[in-house]
Amino acid sequence: MELLIEKGVGSMKEEIGILEARQSQIFEKRSGEEQQFDIACDKTSLSGSVSQRACVFCGSRVVLYPVADAIHIVHGPIGCAAYTWDIRGAVSSGPELHRLSFSTDLQEMDVIYGGEKKLYRSLVELIDQYQPKAAFIYSTCIIGLIGDDIEAVCKKVAKEKGIPVMPVHSEGFKGTKKDGYKAACSALMKLIGTGSTEGISKYSINILGEFNLAGEAWIIREYYERMGIQVVATMTGDGRIDAIRRSHGASLNVVQCSGSMTTLAREMEEKYGIPCIRVSYFGFEDMSKSLYDVAALFPDRPEIMERAREIVRDEIRKYYPEMQKFRSALTGKKAAIYVGGAFKTFSLFKALRTVGMSVVLAGSQTGNKDDYRRLKEMCDEGTVIVDDSNPVELSKFVLEKEADLLIGGVKERPIAFKLGVGFCDHNHERKIPLAGFVGMYNFAKEVYESVMSPVWQFSPRKGGL
Amino acid sequence: MLLRHTTKEVKEREGLTINPAKTCQPIGAMYAALGVHGCLPHSHGSQGCCSYHRSTLTRHYKEPVMAATSSFTEGASVFGGQANLLSAIETIFSVYDPDIIAVHSTCLSETIGDDLQQITKKASDDGKIPEGKYVIYASTPSFVGSHVTGYANMVTGIAEQFAESSGEKKNQVNIIAGWMEPSDMREIKRLSAELGVKIVLFPDTSDVLDAPQTGKHEFYPKGGTTVEELKSTGDSKCSLALGCMSAEPAAIALEKKCKTPFETVDMPIGLGATDRFIMTLAKAAGVAVPDSITAERGRLVDVMTDMEQYFHGKKVALFGDPDQIIPLTEFLLDLGMKPMHIVSGTPGLRFEKRMREILERAPYANFRNGMGADMFLLHQWIKNEPVDLLIGNTYGKYIARDEDIPFVRFGFPILDRIGHSYFPSVGYTGGLRLLEKILGVFMDRQDRDALEEKFELVM
Repeated sequence: MELLIEKGVGSMKEEIGILEARQSQIFEKRSGEEQQFDIACDKTSLSGSVSQRACVFCGSRVVLYPVADAIHIVHGPIGCAAYTWDIRGAVSSGPELHRLSFSTDLQEMDVIYGGEKKLYRSLVELIDQYQPKAAFIYSTCIIGLIGDDIEAVCKKVAKEKGIPVMPVHSEGFKGTKKDGYKAACSALMKLIGTGSTEGISKYSINILGEFNLAGEAWIIREYYERMGIQVVATMTGDGRIDAIRRSHGASLNVVQCSGSMTTLAREMEEKYGIPCIRVSYFGFEDMSKSLYDVAALFPDRPEIMERAREIVRDEIRKYYPEMQKFRSALTGKKAAIYVGGAFKTFSLFKALRTVGMSVVLAGSQTGNKDDYRRLKEMCDEGTVIVDDSNPVELSKFVLEKEADLLIGGVKERPIAFKLGVGFCDHNHERKIPLAGFVGMYNFAKEVYESVMSPVWQFSPRKGGL
Repeated sequence: MLLRHTTKEVKEREGLTINPAKTCQPIGAMYAALGVHGCLPHSHGSQGCCSYHRSTLTRHYKEPVMAATSSFTEGASVFGGQANLLSAIETIFSVYDPDIIAVHSTCLSETIGDDLQQITKKASDDGKIPEGKYVIYASTPSFVGSHVTGYANMVTGIAEQFAESSGEKKNQVNIIAGWMEPSDMREIKRLSAELGVKIVLFPDTSDVLDAPQTGKHEFYPKGGTTVEELKSTGDSKCSLALGCMSAEPAAIALEKKCKTPFETVDMPIGLGATDRFIMTLAKAAGVAVPDSITAERGRLVDVMTDMEQYFHGKKVALFGDPDQIIPLTEFLLDLGMKPMHIVSGTPGLRFEKRMREILERAPYANFRNGMGADMFLLHQWIKNEPVDLLIGNTYGKYIARDEDIPFVRFGFPILDRIGHSYFPSVGYTGGLRLLEKILGVFMDRQDRDALEEKFELVM
């Protein structure tokens, strides 16, 4: 490990002052030398780090949040409910229960005597008031400590009210955000298989790992439907309990955002024999591939593939001329990527290349070894790969590598702007769809508008005073 | 209609909060600690807490917000978080090199029973705190009080752990800022300078959370009360606490530790509260109020009188935090408006008492704070007795949209507008800004709804 560090990032050591314990999570690709690649990841963050990561609860909350006809009740002190109140922009075409904030708001006495009764009463009140199709109960940190028997409360309420009431074991400290994804998936697993599969065609899929931010799931759904494929359930974008309950009737699971939904796809494969494929809807290349890959699995209906080709042709033709304009302006510009999941970085790599940009920094909060190995294959020479980074590292790399753009989430945005580089939110706060062919166009436009904005000329680093 | 499920009939709920009008203690502690120069807030709990607080503050300020976390794991929650905090302190000083680490607890570390005083003492005994550096702390359990309590607790921690009395009094006055914006703190400093009073303001987030674009990311921006200033607070001739809930506890602690006498005034929002602030400060420092301030006051009164017909009798619903709500309610009454419904998620006897005094002029008002005082209740009240104006943080926009009520954003958090960090709401100038905003939404509404023949050019 020591040797690798010397070879990999040794030269940056002094200028950057990376914490020793962090060095194993940083890698710089070099040519002309045989580089060992052994980036450390899947580690919990070091105590005392200014990490950009969140917790188990956060993972569960983001995955289940878009289910719009269920109530989501956060069992714990008020904060966890307050901070996750309608911050994700996952849109619904109908009910919007998910956009409200429900909390048991535990007080000191509840912590001492337990919060089960309060949870029970809250659930009953809420279900009576809102008549939801189901309820998700999120455990927060202290629930794991005070020992509330959430399962028992959920069972009791489910029986009394006749709707599914699912505990989500998402105590913040019990792992990383990924463990939260798993907890969310096991709550979904409890629903799947409880509905009727009547009327589901052989040519059907579930869309997994698409959360309908800015209406993205609608775009993807429409492509598949145009191909003649029935979409049984989207999980969880614009999600509905009834659709989830019957989703085991679909012939195929199409999984995006590998981190959050792979567990679910795997479990559905085991239990219901539904095969799955991994896709990405970002960028022309990956978007087209995700239509072709699905079509290829229905070979007895060649018209599905024909329609997929038509869609790809029509859509790319529609956006190609504008894309050329962006490309000529952006060619040679450099991007830094720091996002939640590593899978997303692969697509971003390709999408950025489509507009002529190179990637100088690529990192994620929760990537695993395979992800990073694959990332390394895609990288150009000199590209830095980081796992679970912090603002000091990010700023230093953005400046040293002279990036023109940072792609990240809410906490990275102001850092980019302070440094005087463009920014694109590829996280919860995207305001326009970035998925699908139109999404690639939107992405290119957003990147173009941010990178080429005249405001950067006033930044001291770019020549302003 | 996002809130279409809200019923008109108000029923006492048992232990359920719907759309809270508060959040938890630690974020307040984090915000307060950012007002100390060279200080890195540290969240002793799970990683998510720190991430949520930083994200919320970032959304409110559009600024980078730096804070570290103990990153609790299952092990820590079984064996206690001492080891995590000790290694965190080492990591932070060696990597991020702050002058001060301000540790606050969370529901998790409080429930485990971590004793921050004992752990920081151990860190000091073990030599983990470099010479000339500090680790301060505040206990901020999320299941007690609200974000306002957390702010007050951290400000108290700052006062208690830094103030020293040298035995020699200094000709300066401490001003303890209640939870207010960087722009407000800047305005307090400006007003004090205008009065000619030397003050130590703490905490002070101006030049921290309203930092200029420099092409650099300053991990520790230039603002914040310095350690030297904080130490000197024990020698100040007195303290002035701006707000009975978020500032007074620190003043009490300072009095206890250094015998610095104090006076508490309402946060200077609106005419009356600003008058009291100016008079109290002038008296404490033994200075006369200069003409320039009298003129500022005159300008506010001028607009109040010029526009009085637009305010009179207008019904208002407001929600937010105690130290803002108290003077704002008074200001609305001074304008002839009717504060009909008032909600705050923050509990507190001092708050209730002060509100009762102010609401003597408004016996019709619905007021509730603490448990059960949430946005759902506020909405129900509004359905029963409609209002002409809603004032509160960004979360009010759902109610404003569903009920089609003019809405002025004020308080924390504001996630969908800018301005709060740059333009003050305190002082006479701040009063003008509030009036401008209120009049703006009233007149926009009038223009929007006016029939063509009644669509007026001059208003």
